[in-house]
Amino acid sequence: MSKQKHVTAADLIPKDRAKVLRVSATTILRKKFLAMGILPGVTIEMIRHAPLGDPIALKIKGYHLSLRKSEAKHILVEKVK
Amino acid sequence: MNIRLTDAHIDKEIKIISIEGGRGLKDKLTEMGLVPGEVVRKKEHLKNGPVILEVKGTRLAIGRAMADKITVDERVGKKSITIALAGNPNSGKSSIFNNLTGARQHVGNYPGVTVEKKEGIAYYGDYAINVVDLPGTYSLATYSLDEVVARNFILDEKPDLIVAVVDASNLERNLYLTTQFMELEVPLVMAMNMSDVAKQAGQHINDNSLSELLGLKVVQTVGNKNRGTTELLKSIIDTYQQKPHFRKVAVNYGREVEEELLKVNNLLNEKDLLITHYPSRWLSIKLLEDDSQIIEHIGSQPNTEALIKQSIVSRDHIRSIFADEPETVLADRRYGFISGVLRETITHTAEAHVRLSDTIDRIVANRILGIPIFLGVMWLMFKSIFSLSQKPMELIEIAQGWVGSVVSSLLPQNSLIQGFIVDGIIGGVGSVLVFVPIIFLLFFCMAILEDSGYMARIAFIVDRFMHKIGLHGRSFIPMLLGFGCNVPAIMATRVIESKKDRLTTILINPFMSCGAKLPVYMLFIGVFFSKEAASNVLFSLYIIGFLMAVVMAKILRQFVFKGESAPFVMELPPYRVPTLKALIIHMWERGRLYIKKAGTVILVGCVIIWALSALPLSSKGDLTKSYVAKIGRFVEPVIRPLGFDWKIGTALIAGVVAKEIVVGTLGVLYGAGEDEAEGSLSLRKALQEDTYPSGKKVFNPLVAYVLMLFVLLYIPCLSTAAVIRKETGSWGWMFFSVGYSTFLAWLVAFIVYQGGRFLGF
Repeated sequence: MSKQKHVTAADLIPKDRAKVLRVSATTILRKKFLAMGILPGVTIEMIRHAPLGDPIALKIKGYHLSLRKSEAKHILVEKVK
Repeated sequence: MNIRLTDAHIDKEIKIISIEGGRGLKDKLTEMGLVPGEVVRKKEHLKNGPVILEVKGTRLAIGRAMADKITVDERVGKKSITIALAGNPNSGKSSIFNNLTGARQHVGNYPGVTVEKKEGIAYYGDYAINVVDLPGTYSLATYSLDEVVARNFILDEKPDLIVAVVDASNLERNLYLTTQFMELEVPLVMAMNMSDVAKQAGQHINDNSLSELLGLKVVQTVGNKNRGTTELLKSIIDTYQQKPHFRKVAVNYGREVEEELLKVNNLLNEKDLLITHYPSRWLSIKLLEDDSQIIEHIGSQPNTEALIKQSIVSRDHIRSIFADEPETVLADRRYGFISGVLRETITHTAEAHVRLSDTIDRIVANRILGIPIFLGVMWLMFKSIFSLSQKPMELIEIAQGWVGSVVSSLLPQNSLIQGFIVDGIIGGVGSVLVFVPIIFLLFFCMAILEDSGYMARIAFIVDRFMHKIGLHGRSFIPMLLGFGCNVPAIMATRVIESKKDRLTTILINPFMSCGAKLPVYMLFIGVFFSKEAASNVLFSLYIIGFLMAVVMAKILRQFVFKGESAPFVMELPPYRVPTLKALIIHMWERGRLYIKKAGTVILVGCVIIWALSALPLSSKGDLTKSYVAKIGRFVEPVIRPLGFDWKIGTALIAGVVAKEIVVGTLGVLYGAGEDEAEGSLSLRKALQEDTYPSGKKVFNPLVAYVLMLFVLLYIPCLSTAAVIRKETGSWGWMFFSVGYSTFLAWLVAFIVYQGGRFLGF
């Protein structure tokens, strides 16, 4: 697969699936991400935006996780088909 | 064998046989739960000092003289062990706790419900098992208070065993926490909970190979149906007795990381002091993970510079090899270990469960339908809480009136004792009880929202809006409830995980215009504003209250509760049908706390306010000569710039008990009688006609409006203050709340009054 332009989890639209490339967050947020299973190599699926557009819900490791877009910006991803 | 409590052994179950001594002593001990037949545990015995007992999960100190008078039976042969229940939020940990101990405790479906430490006792064979329910956490990385609490308990209190409760339908993430327990080298048993849901979804788990691979006993449980409890108890004792003996399993972090771990570990092993306290491999891992608590702990010990330096070198080394933070590398290895284990033990995953939940979310969290549904649910909740509680509240008031009149007929007329008992005590108890229906209903509704999983969706739906005003999505419900009554509203802030967010929400909540302020508005709007203006005036008060809350939230976040807000990152747990039993337990647990904790403060407060209005004796029931009126006159210079006279001051002080009392007090002061004061024509007339000696009218529309503003904003009522005290666990925050809101009320009233006068109103 050719290398795509890097996007973040905040840029995904519902039904997009993506592989996490890198988590570039501050210590507290990074630790929270790690505890919730967000780390490089993991596949995430964008499920939906909240009615007001933020936060968003992702599917990861078989469960649903919600996070603010400002937090999702720290997750660099690569879309997968 | 009967012995004196003073001679009983530490940490053993003891049964109270008898208590010598007079009634006073017995009553006092009974109040503390020490009655013959009660099983307690002696925790400590300070030399010549008090004996520390554990009674029903709480600790009590008893003077030595008292302890000498208590005869107890040491249940010889019952061995006592302490275990900790730990697991992710939403793993059903609380229901396992209830099954084990029979104790009542809340079962939630919302991350972070279990904040307090809950304990209970289970019996199995020769053992008395002290069960501690740790806060639900996803990790032990100590970035949140819950994690700190859970980790410190395991490290410092050293339980004999940990029961790791995992959600069978969400194993991958749940096992992440389990791997961290494994590293703490505490004996472990795994409760594979909600195994029925996982099975239904077509998941098959090979328990035996899972046991082998993780080195611990796995027990299938269904918490909400009380299945697997006996097997779990048996496995706890078996594991404690080390049969069967499992091989020790540790996550392998890969050659590069393991080499660095070894380097750190070698240096650690030279420091005996450190490793007698904590497992050394775990300490090494934490050093590589840059765990601030551990680094601080080690850094504070002598001669650890080389160790700290090595850990920095090792971290840099790992970072250079993997081009990522060491924590990420280690977490990745843990998840790798977990997926390896799951590959060998699991067929199919419990996807179906999540899919059903997702289907519901497609409607409930829909971009178009989400908000209408949410508003509908809120309206339904608000409506049912406040309308269903109306009848019982009226009944309580009628009962209070009836008891009051019966009792007062039995007592000498117009005596101080009659006033004290009828107005002080019965009135005080009445103001506690009158909130009971509303609070129980509130907690019932909250339990439905939490246990079903909808609470997390509420946070999801409203977070954007709440975040704008510096708060969290979960602050919404308390603010909404505040329009009804601040007492339940402040109790509802328990669903807010972050302490800063919770305190902010508590402190701004009293600005929401509650039901008790309405009679005051009705009186003054009715008297001083035209019918056409009435609804606009009323609406403006609600809006000003809300805007004040928003502004104060911003200010508090900026200056008092500074710093980054807690991450929103939150699980959206699968929807579940709550069990009635869990809902009732939840409602009862929290409702009981209100009666117990807030009730006493409210009662005392009512008695004090009563005393101020009935004393001194020379006032002979004339309110204008009472202490309240004296205080009213005393504060008059302060409220003068707001256009208020001493009568208003007196009413405002009496209104501290409950804001609607402002109306009744004005009724008394104007000699219009207390009954139905808001509709009383004589009071309306008196308000319109009252003049200062100079001939100037006391009230005009401006003064009336300023007074309503002041009532809206000033000191939260006594009950609310009591609940603030209870929920923040601090007198300081209560006084802060009382002080700043009253100051703010004064400021706003001053600006509006002086501004209004300047503009010629």
